[in-house]
Amino acid sequence: MSFLLACPSCGPRPVDEFAYFGEVTKRPASSPTLRELTDYVYFRDNVAGVQREWWQHRTGCGEWFLAERDTRTNEVLKIDLPTPARKFAS
Amino acid sequence: MRLGPQPGERIDRSKLVTFTFDGWQVEGFEGDTIASAAFAAGKRVFSRSFKYHRPRGLLCCSGHCPNCMMTVDGVPNVRTCVEPVREGVVAKAQNVVGGLDFDLMSVTDKIGGPFTPVGFYYRTFIRPRKLWPLYEKFLRTAAGLGKLDEHAGHSRRYDTEHRKARVLVVGGGQAGRASALAAATTGPGVVLVDEDARRRDLELEGVEVIAPARALGIWEGGLVPVDAGDVLYRFRVERIVIAAGALEQPLVFPGNDLVGVMLPDAARRLVRDFAIRPGERAVVLGADNECLEVAEDLREAGVVVSRVLDLRESSPGALVAEGRKGRIRRLRVDGERIDCDLLVASGGRQPSYSLLAQAGARIEFDSALGVFVPTDLPAGVEAVGSVTGEGLARIAPEPAYGADGKCFVCICEDVTTKDVKRAIGEGFDSIELSKRYTTTTMGPCQGKLCHLASIRLYARENGTSESEIGTTTARPPWAPVELGLLAGRELTPARRTSMHWRHAEAGATILWAGPWKRPYAYGDKPEDEVRAVHESLGVIDVSTLGKLLVEGPEAVELLERLYPNRFGDMKPGRIRYGVLTSDGGRIMDDGTIARLAEDLFYVTTTSTGADAVTAWFEWWNAVWGYEAEIVNVTGAIAAVNLAGPRAREALGRLVEDADDVSAGEFKYLDAREIVVAGVPTLALRIGFVGELGYELHFPSPAGEHLWDALVAEGARPFGLEPQRVLRLEKAHVIVGQDTDSESNLDSSGMSWLPKLDKDDFVGKFALEHFRQRDVNERLVGFAMEEDVLPAEGAQIVVEGRPVGRVTSARRSEAMGQVIGLAWVPADRSQPGTRVEIQVDRLRRGARVTHGAFFDPTGERMRS
Repeated sequence: MSFLLACPSCGPRPVDEFAYFGEVTKRPASSPTLRELTDYVYFRDNVAGVQREWWQHRTGCGEWFLAERDTRTNEVLKIDLPTPARKFAS
Repeated sequence: MRLGPQPGERIDRSKLVTFTFDGWQVEGFEGDTIASAAFAAGKRVFSRSFKYHRPRGLLCCSGHCPNCMMTVDGVPNVRTCVEPVREGVVAKAQNVVGGLDFDLMSVTDKIGGPFTPVGFYYRTFIRPRKLWPLYEKFLRTAAGLGKLDEHAGHSRRYDTEHRKARVLVVGGGQAGRASALAAATTGPGVVLVDEDARRRDLELEGVEVIAPARALGIWEGGLVPVDAGDVLYRFRVERIVIAAGALEQPLVFPGNDLVGVMLPDAARRLVRDFAIRPGERAVVLGADNECLEVAEDLREAGVVVSRVLDLRESSPGALVAEGRKGRIRRLRVDGERIDCDLLVASGGRQPSYSLLAQAGARIEFDSALGVFVPTDLPAGVEAVGSVTGEGLARIAPEPAYGADGKCFVCICEDVTTKDVKRAIGEGFDSIELSKRYTTTTMGPCQGKLCHLASIRLYARENGTSESEIGTTTARPPWAPVELGLLAGRELTPARRTSMHWRHAEAGATILWAGPWKRPYAYGDKPEDEVRAVHESLGVIDVSTLGKLLVEGPEAVELLERLYPNRFGDMKPGRIRYGVLTSDGGRIMDDGTIARLAEDLFYVTTTSTGADAVTAWFEWWNAVWGYEAEIVNVTGAIAAVNLAGPRAREALGRLVEDADDVSAGEFKYLDAREIVVAGVPTLALRIGFVGELGYELHFPSPAGEHLWDALVAEGARPFGLEPQRVLRLEKAHVIVGQDTDSESNLDSSGMSWLPKLDKDDFVGKFALEHFRQRDVNERLVGFAMEEDVLPAEGAQIVVEGRPVGRVTSARRSEAMGQVIGLAWVPADRSQPGTRVEIQVDRLRRGARVTHGAFFDPTGERMRS
């Protein structure tokens, strides 16, 4: 892995400046079944193709952001700042 | 031995250099390489071959083949044909028993015939299995290259430099230079690298030339590492121009490895660069003008050229080189004897496409040229010059001439045409499999001189075409690289607190604790430091704790959702112990959370957890978006823990108004901003070590000042070891030491901590599910029945079976026994249960305990 990743604040930087936090998952809203919880905590799609994933510019500005990356070629198609879910529905 | 001055020669005849070559004192000139000086002094054998220990002489003389590899000043596998000679340098033969001219191991060549075919080791040395270590020892000694000097240590220093270039040109030949100059006219940032030391002084306007240096590979993102000896340049480039040229290919015929058989460039370099006559009587054998024209250079150097054979005009049926003692004496062409001591032979040139293949280009067989050429270049990568096949002549018509005797396809690994045929006979029908079985192309030249030959031979033996066979995958590095260069310099940053030198001055034993350097103890009696805390007053530097500020109108909501704890009901000025869990319910980190104001919290983490916790907080808040800021102030704030019965009295003397720290004003789990010895301080009344204590957090630069003030008040410095004893006496858990990635709050004895009536917190769902099941094992305390100390990690044994493990154990003077923490099965976790612990192969009894060993009601720390 030596591709360049475009940090939303710093621009393209070597990927080793970033921390990878895995593919974007959907956290269950409330009281999931054991199956739903296990799926969320342990299972990943691990696609060979375009995947949406979390990255942090760990040794740079510290920004967390989302990238759409082709896991086969490491081509990064899109970079987004997260749109926070805000509070949980109570 | 030297010729008269040659135009453009590299040697400076006015400067003599003396060095050692295979035990001999040899003289050369400045500008010589080790090999050229030794050759001029009459040396002809430079190495012994990998498997058969055959004498080998200069073949390519341009740093590609293995023939001149020697151990130079302790560095193995140095190609002496390109290594500049230096005064006093010591070049030693490798892989020999005896010397270069008489190697005892060369017996393998004479009698080894039937015993050393391809795959022999794999088939023969597997039985009996017990003997393998013996076989291995012998085989590793018998075959191989140079040996690394284990005691050389860090004799050389390597550096890594990160650089950018707009255009990087690899190769400084005609095409490369033209490309570089053209690129320079469009702007700055043009770099040219070339492996040839002669290009060091190349001057091109607007181009930076780095030589001798090698591009090792092309990685994604335009990353090109360049090996420049002691420096590895990591180039990020926009455009890469490969002008790597084409490499002369040896002809395959019996005796083609004899000393005196050379590639055309080698002969040319010896004459032109070093003014050396490469032989007395020569035969020139080639399929292109570059090779045949060498005859002219040789004649000018006074060599008698007996024959020039153009393989394009007449293709001989059989070629055999014969020699004595490994040196060529004559060449037989279809039976005709031609005496010679030098045979310049080449089958033509093959584009060195490896870098392009690595970058993603397709490699195609060019049937007109008979060689492989790169096509379909990826974006941002270009190829110019003969690497594209441009200007090359057709390769020699036959892949191999003649069949008798040893006919080497791969010089590096001593693989003959027989070996390749045998591999095919055994069913290795793909070139990738054959490569692995015969190890052709896997030696030091990495296929530069043997890849094409092996493919051609394969095609002929299988009655198919070269394009059908195809090439093997090209992988970096393109050329051998020293591991030291890839590793770079050892640079481990150490974090030191602002009081660090005070600890060093006080004679502390310093050890690594994660990225930090911390005092283990201040002397060899940690128990004295423990006693000082219990009986009087101690102080420990805890600046390594992670420290975070969480501020904002929704800071409390953020923390409530990150921690299983509740914080909404906390008043400003109060502190709570908090544990972070993951959504899988596992314990991740712990620390204290002090509410300084309605919207401001001061959070501490474990010493190694600060960065991870900060990232964790920020990530969740990127998901949720609470109006709260997270600031990691770990480095800015120093901290000490002042603990012991005399703590209040000592602190009282250092603050303006002692009432500020009185028992009534400043209670257990209070946080107060006070001024200590003139330093604005956040004081937290907490008790990790189980005595009345104050954790003082203050600006880092005041570290030594405050430390001195506390020591002057009689506080005895204590280190990590006494702190570990003290906290164990209180059964305080260290996350990561007593818990692991399987531990949850219930099993760790903290089921009181999570507030499951909260709508949500990270780890809540998992905890809900844990509670529907039984807990299998629990973290409990134990006290040994005898005075023996189990190791951390020792087994808990029930009925002869290991069922648990010790996570911490220390001898406690205050308790008068050995105490510890351990994971035990749930049915053995009741207080008073007897368990057995494995200590030095014996089982020793221990009783399970719950809660603190020392001061179980916590009177002392609350006092």
